[in-house]
Amino acid sequence: MTKKVIALVLVVMMAFSLALMTGCSAGTSGSKVKVGFVFIGPVKDGGWTEAHANGMNYLKEQLKVETMHREMVPEGPESKKAIKELINAGCNVIFTTSFGYMDPTLEMAKENPNVKFYHCSGFKTADNMSNYFGRMHEPRYLSGIVAGLKTKSNKIGYVAAYEIPEVISGINAFTLGVQSVNPNAVVKVRWSHTWIDSAKEKDAAVALLDDGCDVISQHNDSTSPQIAAQERGAFALGYNLDSRNAAPKAYMTAPIWNWGPYYVNEVKSIMEGKFKASAYHGGIKEGILDLAPLTDVAPAEAKAKVEEVRKKMVEGSFEVFKGPLQDQTGTVKVPEGKFLTYEEIFGTDMNWFVKGVEGKIEAQK
Amino acid sequence: MIRIAKRTDLTKLQSIKMRIAAVLLALLTAGIFILVLGHNPLSVYGAMLVGAFGNLYGFKETILLTIPLVITSLGISIAFKMKFWNIGAEGQIFMGAFGASFVALNFPHLPKPLLLLLMAVGGILCGGIWALVPAFFKAQFGTNETLFTLMMNYIALKWVTYLQYGPWRDPQANGFPKIADFGENAILPKFLGIHIGWIIALVLVFAINLFIHHTKKGYEISVIGESENTARYAGMDVKKIIVLAILLSGGLCGLAGMVQASAISKTLSVDVSGGIGFTAIITTWLGQLSSPLILLVSFLFAVMIQGGAYIQTVFQIPQAAASVLQGMILFFVLGSEFFIQYKVFFRNQSASELTKEGI
Repeated sequence: MTKKVIALVLVVMMAFSLALMTGCSAGTSGSKVKVGFVFIGPVKDGGWTEAHANGMNYLKEQLKVETMHREMVPEGPESKKAIKELINAGCNVIFTTSFGYMDPTLEMAKENPNVKFYHCSGFKTADNMSNYFGRMHEPRYLSGIVAGLKTKSNKIGYVAAYEIPEVISGINAFTLGVQSVNPNAVVKVRWSHTWIDSAKEKDAAVALLDDGCDVISQHNDSTSPQIAAQERGAFALGYNLDSRNAAPKAYMTAPIWNWGPYYVNEVKSIMEGKFKASAYHGGIKEGILDLAPLTDVAPAEAKAKVEEVRKKMVEGSFEVFKGPLQDQTGTVKVPEGKFLTYEEIFGTDMNWFVKGVEGKIEAQK
Repeated sequence: MIRIAKRTDLTKLQSIKMRIAAVLLALLTAGIFILVLGHNPLSVYGAMLVGAFGNLYGFKETILLTIPLVITSLGISIAFKMKFWNIGAEGQIFMGAFGASFVALNFPHLPKPLLLLLMAVGGILCGGIWALVPAFFKAQFGTNETLFTLMMNYIALKWVTYLQYGPWRDPQANGFPKIADFGENAILPKFLGIHIGWIIALVLVFAINLFIHHTKKGYEISVIGESENTARYAGMDVKKIIVLAILLSGGLCGLAGMVQASAISKTLSVDVSGGIGFTAIITTWLGQLSSPLILLVSFLFAVMIQGGAYIQTVFQIPQAAASVLQGMILFFVLGSEFFIQYKVFFRNQSASELTKEGI
């Protein structure tokens, strides 16, 4: 028996070495910039990852740099391996685009001082590691206006990924937007506990629809909550990308990302030798994010209202988290005359829901 | 009608021929798939090898993948030797990682050697006990261990999920469901650039080989696997031997969990195993329950997995396509085992005719 297996092995080796002779090897080319991306979902997820991949392609076109990516990389130890592989393949700039990659990225940054790292949506930096995100609460608030005007049942569903400040602040901003036009509406939250899993996201949306919601919003990467809404004749808001083709009868608008210009700027500064670790968080004004154009499904009066608030946001005269703000129990969290800064909105203390949200943050049970 | 019968007449040369044919067919079929994807199959196969051996980095990664496969396969092989179909290695890895993490998170300030030793003991105990539960029910009530051990996997996974989302969630992680990283003392040291799991794995290959083939207990396990009645007739304490063997089997899987949690994840998480417990069933089987062969087969598997990861990076082949590629190769290799063990013929041909033809 042993001999058979050894023979088998030898054959495999032979076949492989034959291939090896004609095979190519990935060479690292001098001091040129080569950019690697680590993605949580498939590049065609219709959401978060696709928005980043669009940014990557824009970068490739604009600066003619070589890019590489790894898709569907889990947030555990696998992500370190993906980063190592990209570096091994010659990448000297790495963008990691999911919250859970933060600590692995930091660890890799320490091990690879010559590689520049960018982590999206976290809060840690190092000498060779920047973080970047955006003031997503701005378009979230605007999308809340659309939802608040659309709902008839005054129940709006929100499919949400994890109980982290990024997601919680989005729900809060959305709810504030809803209540600015419709004080009687409530926002019901369902946790999917995944960034991308179309089945789980859909289940959460269906549960919300069963609960009487007639508009579904989401902080998840696939379009399945929007499809679930369309199947029930309800309405939906997307996230990340203009996804009007996924559920045309339900989709009204979506808070969207536009990463391309940021990627171009950063990589350009690296090429010019001007890299400096930083924490970037642009808003609608900077163009990194926005609200997608409203479709005909959106309520007619929404457009003017959204435009009005959006204009103030661009001018810098509008704060989403402006006092007085109460939490679900009625305790005042932001007093009159104060507002939350970016660091507070995305900081550890963002572990409460504003009044009008129905749901709980399980982490703080 | 198609009939299947056990082969008894195959010569060594014939079985080698069949295996060669299987590998060639696998490479050919997968090659067509690669062509459809728009790449040159030879370049892709070449790149798989470059990825797995081409440089120090790739080689290290291959070894890192081999280590848990070997340790887990050795564990499974002991149970399989006794014809106890332990499909629960995945769960035993999780519980082993849990036991090790319990020690690592609660006693982070113990001296490194002591802490690592205690983590290993914790891992082995938890993995062993997890395997012992289905063994106990089989011995007492005659339950089916294949299903029982399989189901235990999901309980273990959900247990770790519960810890990660609940009581063990790191308060420093801003609400993200993650268990705190281990302290420096709880991480396996490196030797020659790779964590010392590789030494543990090599020692275990040697030790398990010795145990099965050259000790009384090892022999008794083999006898029970062949016939429990014979074992009983020969005066062996069957229950005691089963308990020992299953503890050892689950314990080794638990040790693999400890190694992964300590050296790779550096914490406990639902990703700590990454499906090794299932892959190891295949490597155990292809390794024909023999320790040295398991080492070899596990290494080849690691080459395939690492090569598959590399081509995703270099050729930007989608992750799903790389998995399909690995699945195709596996399908043919496993398929050839079937045709080596059995022959298939149509009813209008009698079995005796076929034997005469000497296929």
